[in-house]
Amino acid sequence: MLSYWLEIVLAIGFVTALIIPVAISDKGRRSFVLAVRSLWLHKLRAFLSVMGIIIGTGAVIALMAFGEGSMQDALDDIKRMGATNIIIRSVKPPDDGSTAKRSFVAIYGLTRHDYERIATLQQSGTITRMVPMRVFPAEIRRLEKLHNGRIVGTTPEYADVNQLELAAGRFLTDEDCLEMRNVVVLGAAVARDLFPFSDPLSPENRGTIRLGQYFYTVIGVLRDRMPTGGTGGSQAAEDYNHDVYIPLETTRARFGRTVFIRQSGSRMGEQVEFSQITLTVSDIDKVRPTGEVIREILRQHPRQDWAVTVPLDRLEEAERTKKRFQMLLVLIASISLVVGGIGIMNIMLATVTERTREIGIRRALGAKRRDITMQFLIEAVVQTSLGGILGAVVGLSITFLVPWLASLLGETLPAKVHVPSIFLSLAVSVTVGVLFGWYPARRASLLDPIEALRHE
Amino acid sequence: MPAVVRVIDLVKNYYLQSDTVRALRGVNLEVAEGDFVALMGPSGSGKSTLLNVLGCLDRPTSGEYYLGEENVARMTDDQLSEIRSRYLGFIFQSYNLLPQYTVVENIEIPLLYQGCKLTEETRQWCISLAELVGLGHRLDHRPLQLSGGQQQRVAIARSLVNRPQVILADEPTGNLDSKTSDEIMMMLTRLNAEGKTIIMVTHENDIAEWARRVIRMRDGQIESDIRNKRPRGFGDSVPELPLDNLTPTSPVNVPNSYSPG
Repeated sequence: MLSYWLEIVLAIGFVTALIIPVAISDKGRRSFVLAVRSLWLHKLRAFLSVMGIIIGTGAVIALMAFGEGSMQDALDDIKRMGATNIIIRSVKPPDDGSTAKRSFVAIYGLTRHDYERIATLQQSGTITRMVPMRVFPAEIRRLEKLHNGRIVGTTPEYADVNQLELAAGRFLTDEDCLEMRNVVVLGAAVARDLFPFSDPLSPENRGTIRLGQYFYTVIGVLRDRMPTGGTGGSQAAEDYNHDVYIPLETTRARFGRTVFIRQSGSRMGEQVEFSQITLTVSDIDKVRPTGEVIREILRQHPRQDWAVTVPLDRLEEAERTKKRFQMLLVLIASISLVVGGIGIMNIMLATVTERTREIGIRRALGAKRRDITMQFLIEAVVQTSLGGILGAVVGLSITFLVPWLASLLGETLPAKVHVPSIFLSLAVSVTVGVLFGWYPARRASLLDPIEALRHE
Repeated sequence: MPAVVRVIDLVKNYYLQSDTVRALRGVNLEVAEGDFVALMGPSGSGKSTLLNVLGCLDRPTSGEYYLGEENVARMTDDQLSEIRSRYLGFIFQSYNLLPQYTVVENIEIPLLYQGCKLTEETRQWCISLAELVGLGHRLDHRPLQLSGGQQQRVAIARSLVNRPQVILADEPTGNLDSKTSDEIMMMLTRLNAEGKTIIMVTHENDIAEWARRVIRMRDGQIESDIRNKRPRGFGDSVPELPLDNLTPTSPVNVPNSYSPG
C-alpha cells in the first residue's frame, strides 16, 4: 500500500517537475504553443508517429487494470480465508477397490485424538486459536418450508476466524456450547428462504427451526457473504450463505457420531469427528513451519484422509504471479515504448531534414544552438506527452468498455484501474520524448546556418 | 565619421577534401554608419562569403572584424548568435519567412531570440513595423498568402525589429519583378535616409545604382570601390552622410518612438 502511494507521488512529482517550468514561464508556454502549431501542420503524420506511444501506454494501463482486477479477486479470496490461518480438513479417501469391502458407514477424517495432539502446540503459544467444526449436508426446515443447506457445528471463535459478519442477533457463545443449547445462526440465504415475511429473531419464532429430530431457536443471522472461489482444486468453492451454525457440542449430542446423507436415492453414512479444524497462528512467519508440523502429525493416519491448506502459500503464490505479470507488462511496455520512441526519432529526423531551412533562418535571426535544441526537444516531448495522454484515455476506455461488453455477454471480467500505472506511463512517454527527441534535436542544432539557409 | 563595420585583412579558406578554396584573400573594408553599400561581383568572387562573415554567420580564417567596437572575428557560436540577434538585420533573396507564422509573428522572431519577453508593447512595435512596410492590413496573414513583394516587405520589417546597426541584404530583389524591385529598393533607400547602414549583395547593375557606394569583388579581393554620385532613390538631393537625426543603436529592442519618414 505504501509503495502504491509512493509510486503515485513520485510519478506526479516527475510529471509536474516537467510541466511546471513550461507552464509558468512565458517562454515555456510560447514554446509549447509553437510546438503544437508545428505539429498541427502535419496532424496525421504527428498522430501516426505517436501511435506506438498511444498503443504502448494504452496497453499497459488496460492490461494493468485487468491484471489488478483478477489479482484483487484472488487476493480477496485468500484474505477471506485468513493469511495466518491453517486449515486442516477431513477428506474422504477414495474407495479402496482391492478390499471389495465397501463399508456402509465411511469412517475417516480428523479425530479428537488429532485435535488434542495439535492442541499441544497451543501451549507453546504458536497457535492462538483452534476452531474445530463439523459440517454435513442437511435439510433445514421451518413449518412447511425446506432449505437444503449444511449444518456447521462449531465453536464461537469460528466467527472471528472466518470473518463472519452478523446482520442481526449474535453468534454462538461458550455458554451455548457448554450447555448444548438448541440454538442456530442462519446464513443469509437460509434466513431469506425460511423467513420470507417475519423476523427470525422475534419471540414468536422461537424454536421453529427443525434440524434432524430437534427444534432450534434462531439467535443470529449472518450478512450476505461472497462465496470463496474454489482455489487450488482441493477445496470446493464454498457458499457460506446456505450454512446454519450450531454449537459443536450440540451437534455431537443431537446427531451422534454418524450422520446419514441421502444422496440421489442412496443413503450413505458418514462418521467424521471433525470436518475441519481451522488454526490461527500467532505470527505470519510461523505459519508455514506449523503447517509442516501438523502434516507430520497427521501422516500417522493409515490413509490419506486429511488435507492441510495454508492460505499464505496461495497468497504468496498469487503475489508472485502478480509480480511476474507486472514484469511481463513492464517488458511489453518497454518494448512498445521503445518502438514508439524509434517512431518519434524517425519522424523527428525527417522533420529536421525537412525544416533545415527553418533552422537556418532561426539561426540567422539570432537563435543559439540551445534554442534550436530546445525547440525540437519540446516538439518531441509535446508529441509523446500528448501521445501518452491519448494512450491513457484509450487504456482507460478499454478498462471500462471491455468489462461492460463482457457483462453484456454474461461474463465477468474484473478490472481495477491501477492508478500508478497511469502516471508511470505518462512519465515514461515524456521520458521517451526526451530520450529519442534529443538526438534529432541535437543534430538540428549542429547544422551550419549557412548550409541550412542554402537548403531547399 | 564612425565606421560601423571595419574589416582588416580578412581571409576565409574553405577546406574541401584535398584542396583549399580561398574564398577571401585579404579583404580590407570600412563601412561608415549610415552608408548604403552594394557588393557586386561574378559568382565565386567571394561576395557572398564576405556577406556571411559580415553577418556573423561565418567566422574568418584570419583577419579582424570589428562590428562597432567589438571584434567578432574570434567569438564563439553563442556569442555570434547574440550579436546577430542584437546588432544585425537580415534580408534574403528568398524572403525566408516561416510559413507557419503570421506576418506579425514572423516579425517578432528576432525578439524571441534576444531573450526578451514578448509583451503587448513588443507586439505593438511589430505591428508598427508591419504598417511601416505597408502591411498593416495583413497582420494575420501567412507568408504563403502574400505576394513575393509583400513577403520581402515582411522580411524588411523583420530585419528592423531589433533596431540593428547594420542591415545585410542578400540579393533582396533577386526573386522580384522590376516594378516590385523598385518598391523594395525605395523602401531600403528610405531606411538608409533615416540612418540605417545597409550592406547589400547584388549582381544587377540597376539595383546597385540605388546604393551610395558600389564595391566590386573578384577572386576574393576588392577590385573596385566607387562612390555613387547620384544614387537613384534620392533623386536630385542626395543627403549628406551621416544624418543629423541618427540615434545610437542600442540593444534595447523597443524604441520609444520610431517614426518613419
